[in-house]
Amino acid sequence: MNMWKTTVLGSAMAILSGTTAMAGCGIEGGSVRILSNDFPALHAVAAGAEACAGDGVEVSKNQTADHRDIQVAALTANPAQYTVAVVANSSIVPLMNDGLIRPLDDLVAEHGGQLLPTQLITIDGKVMAVAFMANAQHLFYRSDILEQVGADVPSTYEEVIAVAQAIRDAGIMENPYAMNTAAGWNLAEEFVNMYMGTGASFFEAGSAAVSINNESGVAALNMLKALNEYADPDFLTFDSNATQALWEGGELAMATMWGSRGGAILDDEGSTAEVVGSTVLSAAPTFGGGDVPASTLWWDGFTIAANISDEDAEASFIAMMNGISTEMVQANNDKAVWLIDGYQPGPASAGVAATAQAGAKPYPMLPYMGILHTVLGNELADFLQGNESAEQALADIEAAYTAAAKEQGFL
Amino acid sequence: MAAASQRRSRGLIALTTGFVMLWVVIASFPFLWTLWGSFKVQGDFFSKADWMNALWGTFTRAETGGAFTGAGYEGAWIEQEFWRAVLNTAIVVFFTVVISLTLGTLGGFALARSGYRYAFWLLMIALVFRAMPHITLVSGYLLPFFEWNLWGHLPTTIIVLVAINQPFTLWMLHSFFLNIPKDLDESAMVDGCTRFQAFWHVIIPVMWPGVITTGLFSFLLAYNDFAVTAMLLSQENQTMVPKIASFLGTTQVEGNVMFAVAAVVSAMVPLFFLIMFFQRQIVSGLTAGAVKG
Amino acid sequence: MPHRTFLWFIFPSLLAMILFIALPIGSVIVQSLYIEHEQVVKTVENCGPFGCEEETTVDAEATAAIREAEPLGRFNGIGTYLNRSHLAVEEVRQAWAESESLGAFFGRLMNLPFYKALAFTLTYTFVVTPLVLVAGLFIALAVNSIPSRLKGPTIFVSLLPMIVTPLIGSLILFWMIDARGIIGASLQNLMDDPSLSLKASPTLTWLTLIAYGVWHSAPFSFIVFYAGLQTVPEETLEAAMIDGASRWERVRYVVIPYMAPLVVFITLMQLMDNFRVFEPIVGFSAAANATSLSYIIYNDLRGDYQQFGSAAATSVLTILGVAVLLTPVLIRTWRDFNRKRA
Repeated sequence: MNMWKTTVLGSAMAILSGTTAMAGCGIEGGSVRILSNDFPALHAVAAGAEACAGDGVEVSKNQTADHRDIQVAALTANPAQYTVAVVANSSIVPLMNDGLIRPLDDLVAEHGGQLLPTQLITIDGKVMAVAFMANAQHLFYRSDILEQVGADVPSTYEEVIAVAQAIRDAGIMENPYAMNTAAGWNLAEEFVNMYMGTGASFFEAGSAAVSINNESGVAALNMLKALNEYADPDFLTFDSNATQALWEGGELAMATMWGSRGGAILDDEGSTAEVVGSTVLSAAPTFGGGDVPASTLWWDGFTIAANISDEDAEASFIAMMNGISTEMVQANNDKAVWLIDGYQPGPASAGVAATAQAGAKPYPMLPYMGILHTVLGNELADFLQGNESAEQALADIEAAYTAAAKEQGFL
Repeated sequence: MAAASQRRSRGLIALTTGFVMLWVVIASFPFLWTLWGSFKVQGDFFSKADWMNALWGTFTRAETGGAFTGAGYEGAWIEQEFWRAVLNTAIVVFFTVVISLTLGTLGGFALARSGYRYAFWLLMIALVFRAMPHITLVSGYLLPFFEWNLWGHLPTTIIVLVAINQPFTLWMLHSFFLNIPKDLDESAMVDGCTRFQAFWHVIIPVMWPGVITTGLFSFLLAYNDFAVTAMLLSQENQTMVPKIASFLGTTQVEGNVMFAVAAVVSAMVPLFFLIMFFQRQIVSGLTAGAVKG
Repeated sequence: MPHRTFLWFIFPSLLAMILFIALPIGSVIVQSLYIEHEQVVKTVENCGPFGCEEETTVDAEATAAIREAEPLGRFNGIGTYLNRSHLAVEEVRQAWAESESLGAFFGRLMNLPFYKALAFTLTYTFVVTPLVLVAGLFIALAVNSIPSRLKGPTIFVSLLPMIVTPLIGSLILFWMIDARGIIGASLQNLMDDPSLSLKASPTLTWLTLIAYGVWHSAPFSFIVFYAGLQTVPEETLEAAMIDGASRWERVRYVVIPYMAPLVVFITLMQLMDNFRVFEPIVGFSAAANATSLSYIIYNDLRGDYQQFGSAAATSVLTILGVAVLLTPVLIRTWRDFNRKRA
């Protein structure tokens, strides 16, 4: 009975707030169709945009984990199936490659007064996307265990290894460290992070020829291998769900995990007070004497489709502005590391903020980076299992990438 | 079955009983474990610390106060409106099975009665069609479906599932019809029926066992399909399996895994009743001959 | 049946298959023969929340113009099939020339993604298919002998592994076989080896996947065999018994030959489905140790950059592989067919 009341009341409230918000949205008419990934922070954004519906304005959404697989086809159609595609710095690339999203300069000038300058993603001088949240992988550590072995907070991966060895020697844990090393996308991302820490670039300047087959590549691979000596032997199956469960089970003293998992780890579910109380999020370590954290920064933002009418584009932009309003952030402060004005950073965002401050670089927005990422995910497992040398692994990656890039017309 | 040939020694009885029991445990244990775990919290059921947590409910007690919780079911059914997905699945499954079987009986009958070489080759080509990985097919559909505004609707998905399942349906039903004596419909035709009338009045009444068995496999395909439904349906038309997948979360963000577990258990309930209801027909259907060649 | 009537009967079915399977397969074959146009890239400055970077981007306008002229891309013949991601002809030749022993040659072959996937796919297919046949037959024989009151529930339970959505079935099993999960921990106790992990070594991962495959498919062959058992004529069995055949001999010489057509049917379906093995690899995060042809296709099509041409070529190779696998069965069916016509 109670449940019914809240549901009915809730929807009545939604209708009410919907009408008031619509007056505030000030859209004259048009259709807003949103395609995005499926998680609570994006639900909040979409709900804000949906509040603009009514009076000639239609707002619909499709929030799915498979959004990357359908976005290119959906926006290629004319008119496009969706007017708004919510993307990250990797998934904007295929849309850019095919020219499927429109420049937003005019819309930003007209309706984007609330935006901070850092939210604008400009490519070749044109605003192509509006970012609203950030993410990065960084270090999580257990202050109580570090205290037991008398170690300071590690700021380099060499120190992480030393601390891990100390924890092992003290007999506290056999495998005190983990990172997201499941073969495939996750493992490739760890290599990208590590390689970024060397400061070397993935491709030869101005060309799609891959250039990771060098000392920096070998150093990054060897560091990955050295770190995973301290991880459970199952590490090639570790995705975020596995590392989070390990952490919450009190099986780890240090881990490199996504900042967006911080909220779930620090809440009072699934773990003991001992683990949660001593968990600290800090910047991603550097390595090999580099001064850039071995991590990549990610943003999530929205883009507007090219193959739609200007009316729909304007309606979509205004609706999304309502979706990423300061009020929305205040109501959903802890759901993400927001880039929006009015955000109050909490303990769960400390790691991402520290990593960004230490000068970590964004994930490269290159047209052929996706191909390299896929290839890395396929080829690295052999090396980490000790089946081949670092040089052989890098040569394999180069060969596989070259074959794929030729098929795609980049070489 | 109590005939002389079935009599056996005590040792053999013990052996077969033991074997059946072992198999029942192997087949059902993961499911029973899931059923039990669906009333726990994630910290217990997906514990990396100690699987015993799932038995004692350490975190379930700490977080909810009781040893069992219906939070997963409540979250899936009420908060996430899982019933919508159930409804969509019901529509998709019903029409997929009905249309598959209608097309399949007509085609299967023709293939069984044709006798020309091309019928064989058609059957073989259909079989090779079945080898195409679904994910490639689906990726190919995307662009035209978006262009023609067909994407996201239930009928599109139903037709695609029917088409993808057609080779298997044709193959199975064709072998059923081979087992129905030719004389049956040919004598009707001698009496002045057209081929279709003969099919309608003579074949349909005797074909049910085969149709029900084939229907079971069509049903399972439509019910369990992920590749097609995940890529071709919009959010409001989502069926159960992609909905369950959406509870699992992504690399960056934690999902509601316990919602998924509760939803999986819920999804099994209609299957239980279905099998209980149809088990006699399923077995007698296969008996009638499917599969004989 | 006259051609005309035949056509009318099969038309709806044929239309569905042509539209949704034959045409896509046709376009996949065409696509696999083409590669993308040369992309026109330019270097630009990209700025965002984390500062500015010099990066390259595709010149969409220039690329669009080239695409307009030739929408399919550049014709590449069977080039895509022969490159390193597929048959890797050049690499194989090189490995053959440079390897001193057969072992070294195979070692290098397994370093190529296609052959690595093929090795697992074939092993899986040829181990799982017979095991499924044998397991299904024994379960059917055993279930057939229990009291009839218990048969209904037993059949339902026996079908469970097949009807649980594979996506979730493998996810839950994945946690159960974890070193700290109920099955994994029990195995460690049983083997008295606290470091045993089913997920870490290639051999154990392969065994796990194969065990899962048998568990998942055994119900299919069970239900088919169980139905077949109901039709074995009682008289023949009795006659065999009078001749002094033991129970095993009766199964071996009466029941099994009687069910030969069922064996063909199950083999056909199992060969096909096992050759496309894919879901357990994703469900068990097994890609580090085992990949299959379908997994390669999935990998090409998912993610940020979709490589259609490459996936198309692998798909065509998969179809050819299935056709080769099925040839013996097809020849048999062809003979049967001709016999029936005669």
